[in-house]
Amino acid sequence: MAKAKNITEFIIERDERRCIKCQACVRVCASDVHSYDDESQELLSDNSRCVGCHFCEDICPTGALTIKRNPSATKDNAHWTRDYIYRIVKQSTTGGILLTGMGNDKQYKNYFEHMVLNAAQVTNPSIDPLREPMELRTFIGRRPDRIRYEKIKENKYILKESISNLLHLEIPVMFSAMSFGSISLNACKSLAKAAFLSGTYWNTGEGGMHRNLYPYAERAIVQIASGRFGVNTEYLERAAAVEIKIGQGAKPGIGGHLPGEKVSEEISLTRMIPEGTDAISPAPHHDIYSIEDLRQLIFAIKEVTSYKKPVGVKIAAVHNVAPIASGIVRAGADFVTIDGIRGGTGAAPLVIRDNVGIPIELAVAVVDQRLRDEGIRNQASIIAAGGFKTSADIVKAIALGADVVYIGSAALIALGCHLCQKCYTGKCNWGIATQDSYLTKRLNPDIGAERLCNLLKAWALEIKEMLGGMGINAIESLRGNREQLRGIDLTETELKLLGIKYAGEAW
Amino acid sequence: MKTKYLIVGNSVAGVNCIEGIRRIDKQGKIVVISDEDIYNYSRPLISYYLAGKISRDEMSFKGKEFYKENNVELVLNTTAERIDIEKKEVVTDKFVISFDTLCISTGGKPFIPDVEGYLPGMRGVFTFINFSDAENLRVYIEEKKIRKGVILGGGLIGLKCAEGLIARGLEVSIIEMADRLLASTFDKEASKTVEALLKKKRCNVFTEETVKKIERKKNSLSGIILTSGQKIDTELLVIAVGVKPNIKIVKDTPVKCNRGILVNEYMMTSIPSIYAAGDVAEGKDIVLNRNSVIAIWPVAARQGKVAGMNMAGAGITYEGLFPMNAVDIIGIPVISFGITNPEETDKYEVLSKKDGYVYKKIVLENNRIVGCIFLGNVERSGIFSGLIKNRVNVGSFKDDLLKEGFGLLVLPDEYRKHMVVGEGIEV
Amino acid sequence: MKPKRIIIKEEYCIGCRLCEVYCITQHSPSRNIIKTYKGKGPKPVSGIYFEEKGSTSFAIQCRHCDEAPCVENCLTGAMYKDKKTGMVLHNKKRCIGCWMCVMVCPVGVIKIDYKEKKIVSKCDLCIDSEFPACVEHCPNEAIELVNEEGKKIEK
Repeated sequence: MAKAKNITEFIIERDERRCIKCQACVRVCASDVHSYDDESQELLSDNSRCVGCHFCEDICPTGALTIKRNPSATKDNAHWTRDYIYRIVKQSTTGGILLTGMGNDKQYKNYFEHMVLNAAQVTNPSIDPLREPMELRTFIGRRPDRIRYEKIKENKYILKESISNLLHLEIPVMFSAMSFGSISLNACKSLAKAAFLSGTYWNTGEGGMHRNLYPYAERAIVQIASGRFGVNTEYLERAAAVEIKIGQGAKPGIGGHLPGEKVSEEISLTRMIPEGTDAISPAPHHDIYSIEDLRQLIFAIKEVTSYKKPVGVKIAAVHNVAPIASGIVRAGADFVTIDGIRGGTGAAPLVIRDNVGIPIELAVAVVDQRLRDEGIRNQASIIAAGGFKTSADIVKAIALGADVVYIGSAALIALGCHLCQKCYTGKCNWGIATQDSYLTKRLNPDIGAERLCNLLKAWALEIKEMLGGMGINAIESLRGNREQLRGIDLTETELKLLGIKYAGEAW
Repeated sequence: MKTKYLIVGNSVAGVNCIEGIRRIDKQGKIVVISDEDIYNYSRPLISYYLAGKISRDEMSFKGKEFYKENNVELVLNTTAERIDIEKKEVVTDKFVISFDTLCISTGGKPFIPDVEGYLPGMRGVFTFINFSDAENLRVYIEEKKIRKGVILGGGLIGLKCAEGLIARGLEVSIIEMADRLLASTFDKEASKTVEALLKKKRCNVFTEETVKKIERKKNSLSGIILTSGQKIDTELLVIAVGVKPNIKIVKDTPVKCNRGILVNEYMMTSIPSIYAAGDVAEGKDIVLNRNSVIAIWPVAARQGKVAGMNMAGAGITYEGLFPMNAVDIIGIPVISFGITNPEETDKYEVLSKKDGYVYKKIVLENNRIVGCIFLGNVERSGIFSGLIKNRVNVGSFKDDLLKEGFGLLVLPDEYRKHMVVGEGIEV
Repeated sequence: MKPKRIIIKEEYCIGCRLCEVYCITQHSPSRNIIKTYKGKGPKPVSGIYFEEKGSTSFAIQCRHCDEAPCVENCLTGAMYKDKKTGMVLHNKKRCIGCWMCVMVCPVGVIKIDYKEKKIVSKCDLCIDSEFPACVEHCPNEAIELVNEEGKKIEK
């Protein structure tokens, strides 16, 4: 057969009546799609190179460009869709694993879209958040089993119980783990600064903490993963909390691999590895083969940080998520992070991303239930992650039992990401998932931080509106409050696992 | 009469001196004495005036209102003759005026060589440095319907004069003693280009020649004879062989002079209450690294401003400048800086590039730029003036200096930052 | 008095050169981008110099120096410092093309029209409108307008 060509996914339409030939598109495209031909004085486009990032469309001063899906069709076939045909074309050309970026794009059932929220009517009043105080303040960490206090005189008590140090959030949303290496320093800076300004936390991922991010360290959760990159005492002490990463929703059971060509001087210093060497995070932690091993690491970290910082564990949502979470809490973790099947990544094998793990909605519900059943829910906070895309998802996750939600993809979209899923190429046109200095400077962290702050602010307003409608004035009162949820289009089993009633069923 | 500040000379140094004083002292009385009968005007524009490109009023660079706005008393048509240092007085041909501080900005006067047959004040022989020179020349040409003229001196003044005459339709001959035109400002290559352009404009150029004898009828010029013996019939001769500092005013005083009046970094002469600025002063030349008279506008402007501010007590220093010229000769823009034609070739490194008539040349000494020529394309040449002035070591980016698209980007970060400090590039 | 000025953050310049596009549009008679570029009339010259080397780029325009050498050395007074705002402005009518300003500008940001024998373009901070067009339209805020104290001015 003839050799397969590049697959043209997108078609670039240039409106000649609007194009002023300023060539801004030529200058900004990292995929070298556009070019200017001096001889004919025409702008040319090579459609086959376009990844659909929309940067040129955004930058074009006259709106002359439109990126369209390539309409070229294969014969309709419900089974052999174009996507699967192209995968085979690609693999039969390269002989390799297909890589991808960002989160699962397959149509698994989205349970958030099958759950509806309640609102107060007549029998209890709803609350107007514009007129009355509404609290989104949230804490992460271990709560005591009981409260002991002493009465010193009439109406005067003192607390006898020692309370562990908790993370203090003004909004129950944090930025999930994205390492310097997987994303650019400017992207890290945007996230860190926004977390700092909004009173929430960002996460270093497994990449160490670059010195330019130290000013935001008090709002950082630092990660320890299987590669142990960038981990030292200072790293742990500088942070607000420590997260041991066992797994990631986009690629449960799979390690990480930052190719050597991306390990620049700055990354090598931050990760504490030689410049230009591959940074390989093994699939498992080779010192953790059991809950007992995990407990050792948790307490080793607590020892180093003098029991002053919450230590948590992040796992991918998999079939056994509830008993595993229980074990993690019993191992001494102050929080459990669960990353669902829609969690994003900088690079993962396509088959893994799209086929491994379970949705976060179900995972949060079963973990919360299990911890409650075992009487240990107070010992750890639950952080949910994996594809949260609206404030309503956050409210529903908290009603299912989560304490806090991590957002990753949503945050990157605020920074410009158009989900082209080409993170793994290192050529991110938006300056996010790249280390190329020509591209990273496109992300001005001042603008980035401002946009993230805006997003959090907007979501906080929406969450308050939803809470107020339910007649609730503090997010604390929503946690695990599954009576506020009702299912639609769900089976008995699904309702049971989610612990919610069907729409129409009263309390 | 009595004044706090007295300025003798009303050209660019004098005007900048006023601005310098007023920046510090808004009130103190300022008197300016000028032997001309015209308020401020740009002397370099007299060739444009001669050519008829601009009017008398358009030659003013600060406007008529300048003196009123700055509360300055301008005394025209008055020649300052001498200074009485003991009494702190200046004696003019009309009155005596005492001062607290004095700025001498009397400029230069044309140098007239000894030529057989020349009579001071004879008709048909002119100099070309101030407005009245240009005006006299214009009236003479128009009245006598002159069609042909000779210019003695192929320097910048001579050439600008030639341009003015050519614009008036005259057939011009230039007589230059050196082997080429603009020998002190340009190198051979640039001179050659300019000479070729002039010849296209029906201009005759005689090099390695001078006027041996002036022929006259009664008191009027009738022709000249060159050293080679060649005779040129002409009723118009402009002598433009150079200017020398006009230091007559300090004659027989203790004010120290060399070629010009010697000044220190505050533009102060050897007498503390007396300052000097402009073509009359001999200040710091940072390319030669010694004092020298540099009779150009940028030097006069800066020196005048520094002198003025220091007269009012600011205590700022003149960092020194170097020769620089920007001219448009027969439609070709030319800019030159510092040493353009180095003789000691082992001491200097020369980079040059020629592309059509566009010619660029850079002279380096120990990796520091000490001279440049830009001919035909002068865009962004100012960057080089900054590099010379700040003695920037260009060793690391020498190869980029003459490249197409040369700009700030190749300069060392530190310098780039310095250039746009606080108001520019964060590096 | 220090004027407002445009500062450059070269670490965020993405090299799109839209600053030039908008500068040209702003100084055209119609101020309409498509008409400016596709119309019949001559296009103005931008007051910006764009420089690029490797992955570093920036756009630089007149610094509106306090002690502006171009003003001090202008033979006709065409280049002047606006008394009220401190901006360095250029009166094209008075310009005779002596190139003195070009010679002394250490930033090299004065553009020349050799045919007209005049200075053709120099940043005027968009004096005729509320806000400099280049700053307004820079997609990455790589150029900012700051006030006398160096504080960023938002539109």
